[in-house]
Amino acid sequence: MSQYRVSGRGRVDTSRAVTFTFDGKSYRGVQGDTVASALLANGVHLMGRSFKYHRPRGAIAAGSEEPNALIGTRRGAGRFEPNTRATVQEIWDGLETSSQNKFPSLKFDVGAVNDAAYMLFSAGFYYKTFMWPRSFWDKVYEPFIRAAAGLGVSPTEEDPDHYASRNLHCDVLIVGAGPTGLAAARAAAVEGLRVVLVDENAEAGGTLLSEPQARIDGKPAWDWLAAELEALKALGVKVMTRTTAIAYYHQNLIGLVEKLTDHLPKLPADTPRERLWRVRAKQVVLAQGALEKPLVFHGNDRPGVMLAGSAQTFLNRYGVLVGKRPVILTSHDAAWYAAFDLQDAGAQVQAIVDTRADVDALLLNEARARGIAVKLSHTATATSGRLRVSSLRINPVAGGTVGSGQEIRCDAVLMSGGWTPSLHLFSHTKGSLTWDDDRTTFLPNNTPEDCVIAGASRGLWGIEAALADGAEKGRAVVEALGKTGAQVAYAVEADRPGTGVSHKELPTDLSAGKAKAFVDFQNDVTAKDLRLAVREGMRSIEHVKRYTTNGMATDQGKMSNINGLNIASDALGKKQPQVGLTTFRPPYTPTSFGAFAGYHRGEHFEVTRKTDIDSWAEAKNAVFEPVGQWRRARYFPKPGEDMDAAVRRECAATRASVGIFDASTLGKIEVVGPDAVEFMNRMYTNPWTKLAPGRCRYGLLLGDDGYIRDDGVIGRMSEDRFHVTTTTGGAARVLNMMEDYLQTEWPDLNVWLTSTTEQWSTVALNGPDAAKLLAPFVEGVELTEETFPHMSCVECTVAGMPARLFRVSFTGEIGFEVNVPAHLGRKLWETLWDAGQQYGITAYGTETMHVLRAEKGYIIVGQDTDGTVTPYDCGMGWAVGKKKPDFVGMRGLARPDLQAKNRKQLVGLLTEDGSKLEEGAQIVFDPKQAIPMTMVGHVTSSYDIGTTDQPIALALVAGGHEKMGETVYIPMPDRTIAAKITSTVFVDPDNTRLKI
Amino acid sequence: MLLIHCPYCNETLPEVEFAYASEAHIARPAKPSDVSDEDWAEFLFMRSNVKGPLYERWRHIHGCGRFFNAVRDTVTDKFLTTYKAGDPRPDLSSLTEGLK
Ligand SMILES: [Zn+2]
Repeated sequence: MSQYRVSGRGRVDTSRAVTFTFDGKSYRGVQGDTVASALLANGVHLMGRSFKYHRPRGAIAAGSEEPNALIGTRRGAGRFEPNTRATVQEIWDGLETSSQNKFPSLKFDVGAVNDAAYMLFSAGFYYKTFMWPRSFWDKVYEPFIRAAAGLGVSPTEEDPDHYASRNLHCDVLIVGAGPTGLAAARAAAVEGLRVVLVDENAEAGGTLLSEPQARIDGKPAWDWLAAELEALKALGVKVMTRTTAIAYYHQNLIGLVEKLTDHLPKLPADTPRERLWRVRAKQVVLAQGALEKPLVFHGNDRPGVMLAGSAQTFLNRYGVLVGKRPVILTSHDAAWYAAFDLQDAGAQVQAIVDTRADVDALLLNEARARGIAVKLSHTATATSGRLRVSSLRINPVAGGTVGSGQEIRCDAVLMSGGWTPSLHLFSHTKGSLTWDDDRTTFLPNNTPEDCVIAGASRGLWGIEAALADGAEKGRAVVEALGKTGAQVAYAVEADRPGTGVSHKELPTDLSAGKAKAFVDFQNDVTAKDLRLAVREGMRSIEHVKRYTTNGMATDQGKMSNINGLNIASDALGKKQPQVGLTTFRPPYTPTSFGAFAGYHRGEHFEVTRKTDIDSWAEAKNAVFEPVGQWRRARYFPKPGEDMDAAVRRECAATRASVGIFDASTLGKIEVVGPDAVEFMNRMYTNPWTKLAPGRCRYGLLLGDDGYIRDDGVIGRMSEDRFHVTTTTGGAARVLNMMEDYLQTEWPDLNVWLTSTTEQWSTVALNGPDAAKLLAPFVEGVELTEETFPHMSCVECTVAGMPARLFRVSFTGEIGFEVNVPAHLGRKLWETLWDAGQQYGITAYGTETMHVLRAEKGYIIVGQDTDGTVTPYDCGMGWAVGKKKPDFVGMRGLARPDLQAKNRKQLVGLLTEDGSKLEEGAQIVFDPKQAIPMTMVGHVTSSYDIGTTDQPIALALVAGGHEKMGETVYIPMPDRTIAAKITSTVFVDPDNTRLKI
Repeated sequence: MLLIHCPYCNETLPEVEFAYASEAHIARPAKPSDVSDEDWAEFLFMRSNVKGPLYERWRHIHGCGRFFNAVRDTVTDKFLTTYKAGDPRPDLSSLTEGLK
């Protein structure tokens, strides 16, 4: 058996040895150990280095609140996780663990030079130290901070595990399976309610696991616990262990993370690593208990200094003595029991040092009976020992004066500063808190949720009080659900409720500037830092927190918040509630990204919509891009072609003969009804009344502010039916906007709106040969200039398929868009593809589409516009129906700012040196002006791979429409580019190519 | 996640089925061209931003598709009521009675 293992103690199975490694060295623990308990059983206290000063650190706690003992865990390839609490990770044969923040080794760390440079790293050092000299920032400070920043090391491989999620509905959810939660569960379950009881630990029981001496209803605590869990299960209670309630959301939605495999030596097949539960409970009982407070004194972070209650847990739950010669340092009765338990288990307690003058006579008698020295009215002023505590310096305090010190040799210091109720989930509910002066802590007050809080989490200490309050609050919940609950009483013997006092930092004889009395262990924040923050002007605890980073570590201030508040309040000379408590936010403990992502990873991260033609593009080795949750072919490279070469070829072929393009993703909305034309008149800028059935028109949609929201070609299929197209990404937004106006502003209009985006496959043919190619397949209309001119639409038959045929162009070439029922898309495509071979038909993607439209000055909403651009700014005043009484955006367009001269207007740009501009580049009128220059616009689109003989660009330029032919400048990091303002149309300004 | 009662479906359903649609009872002027610049700016941009019960609009976008109105307390996020578009604005005092 290991050196510090105590036979006959704990709930671990000492007959089953477990071997694991820590920093490459092999250790033996037993079944039921955590990494921390197993290391402590081997006498190892040094488990990590602190974040800022790289000070040696050990476990200070035994549970999920642990701030110091963070380790990396590894299970073969891909399964590495940093920042795991050694006090939570259960061991199994073959587990590999490693310490963090050390270089080159845990025992010798060069980063500990930061510790010597303590003065540099005091409060606000992030804000102060690195400000000067300015030139040092890039080369010295930033690389240093980046290298030092971050806890642990991120995994570098893809996580091979999978993560699940589930919904659960119940009558009562109880968080915490200690005595309070168990009693509440019974009270609810006996009334036939559906009860879920969750606990983050590997087994239920809470404090009962650490207090085997207690007897409940005549039975030893552990026997009672086993019987009670059996009884609850028989009553149908769902008991979930290794399950953390991470967050409390609106209307009693609680997020749980259940860990399923991290404790298993062999991964079971098909089991998720973690499961996120979304529980909607009618009532919630919060029984999270309380956390022990550290005492704040110089050297309180040395390995071997830990919480007394945690030492008790290591002994009683894991059968491990954290030290053989511990000394107790306390301001609360609780630590006395730790002393007694450790002494009874074979340790030699060197002394019980209590800051109080008066202590319960029963405790003094118990100490005397065991021969333990007692020092009352004493403070602690220092510890010594390099990688492990070897002595504690204590001093008597009389009348506020600290007397001379005395060293006590020891191998552990077990401290207790009293207890802080766990109010984390209660705070998530926006519950209000009240300050309790007697207990020097915040207590829960009101919550807007259907929720009660019970036991130690509302400041009740001891098992009997916890059971009684759990039963009582359980009954309250039963009655809130309309049933009658019974009153239940529990008889408890050998209970240890206790009282105590609370401290800011302990009194000391050291000069204040020298003391390293830690408040936030993980972020290395000391009492001195907090007082400095107040001296430098921080008044609210929220400011103190951000200036010092107190409570901002991954333990979210579980250990540090109250001590920090007490010290800041003292420095400010104010009561704690006037200084305030920072807000607890989800998650309660650090939670894996996997748990949140659940099934939404890889191909399931987001919906990928594919058109019917997508499979053809894939077979042709198209390169795809995501557009508005669609997967669209971007270009079709031939062997050896890069994107530029492919696009150049696709552009040229489309202008020379014919190109074929999958336009199925265009948003489509069917607007139908007797009032359809009136609705269209009100929604779009254009006039629609005189548009004859069989004709289509480019429509502009504005917001009521007058800015462009969307655009698209709209065909009038019949008197009462419009085929509206929208941008690919805008379809849902446009339909929502239309529904909004129709339902809430004009409910009198008789119109139906239907999303038809996915009902149609749309094949676009563009190019001089487009009509020749298509005509033989069309029945019902002749494709001549006379019978089917540009901007016509018709219902007809194409290649035997029912179709809506549009003659439109987004390229400047003769163009058709053939809509057929979605499932016929590929059939139509292949028919046209085969027939098009005689013309050298070329498939093109979105990139070529972008280039060809830019050459004609056709805008893309969201690229050439940005939500502050009007139709006039784009030179599209022709699309605005000025004679209409109203349309959405008409009044907005009349606002003075939208009428102003010198607005940014869309123009073309041609560079003088023939270089390509960068999209997003800023534009100035005078390149010689002083920096910062006055920026007058930016480049919105830019291409050098199309059919023009020089690169082209579109840009928004202040007053641009009045500046044709003038030169503007685009300053870049290496040079300034001059460009001439031109029309936005670079190809065929007279539209001769549109004619058949 | 909020639970929201759709007054058209008459069912209480999770928030993911709904889309928020800003403050309610802000009517678009019947004849916008008659409205002064100041009043139009007021209509376009100014919202009450209350701390407490707010009249607001939601859409049951992944359900029946209808827009409806609600009164929600912006402090507690509790819905005091929901009602159909076009129904009169409910009286606040009758809604806040009996709340804890
Ligand atoms: Zn509905």
